[in-house]
Amino acid sequence: MKVSELVEKTGWVRKTGGDNEITGVYCGDLLSWVMGRGEPGQVWITVQIHRNIVAVASLREFSCIVIADGAEIPAEILEKAEEENIPVLAADKPVFDLAKQMVALGF
Amino acid sequence: MATVLHKEFIIERDDYDNAGNASSRIKQTLAQLGVPSPILRRIAVAAYEAEINMIIHAWGGKITVDVDDTGKIRIEFRDPGPGIPDLSKALTPGWSTASPKARELGFGAGMGLPNIKRVSDDFDIKSSPEGTTLTLGFNAL
Repeated sequence: MKVSELVEKTGWVRKTGGDNEITGVYCGDLLSWVMGRGEPGQVWITVQIHRNIVAVASLREFSCIVIADGAEIPAEILEKAEEENIPVLAADKPVFDLAKQMVALGF
Repeated sequence: MATVLHKEFIIERDDYDNAGNASSRIKQTLAQLGVPSPILRRIAVAAYEAEINMIIHAWGGKITVDVDDTGKIRIEFRDPGPGIPDLSKALTPGWSTASPKARELGFGAGMGLPNIKRVSDDFDIKSSPEGTTLTLGFNAL
């Protein structure tokens, strides 16, 4: 499944472009933990809204970042994500509910 | 044995906004040299963690990348202090001395050095109050 299909199926709001292939899901907010445990192609669900999440997603080659709980995403994150071609999606529900949606989609 | 690449990057203390930029450039440069993706991914993890350490724990520093024609990649992270008081604790997963500010931004999981050690082929660290030098080796062939 690609990010565009994920957006279609979940209704999560796309904030930046890019359409990578999704291989799985990782949930976490501590950057070193995410860096150490994440795998390429995963959807990264987090409430962390510091600009550095784009560097982590890019270096770890995540397919996209999903910001949970309706956390307000600073413009600088979106600018950086556009530069790095990392799709950022926004969702109103908590991390747990978003993870359940991913499970329902077969991940 | 000849050098095929030599690059240096200066890292500024407390520069959270640019954290990861040097690591991204290292990864891009090595990708252009043809370093395989699985190795690049390990290098990206190690470089990012070490770069973050220079920003949140040390007073900035310098990253030096050298690649020789045998495919050996050597990355040195040298900072001017203040040094790591207890290296064995710093290498223990989950142990952290990160400031409240760093933790607020999602750093300080205590996984930096353990992550670096796990993903690198060679790992050497020396630390004193005059500074810390972390030298990592990766075999690209």
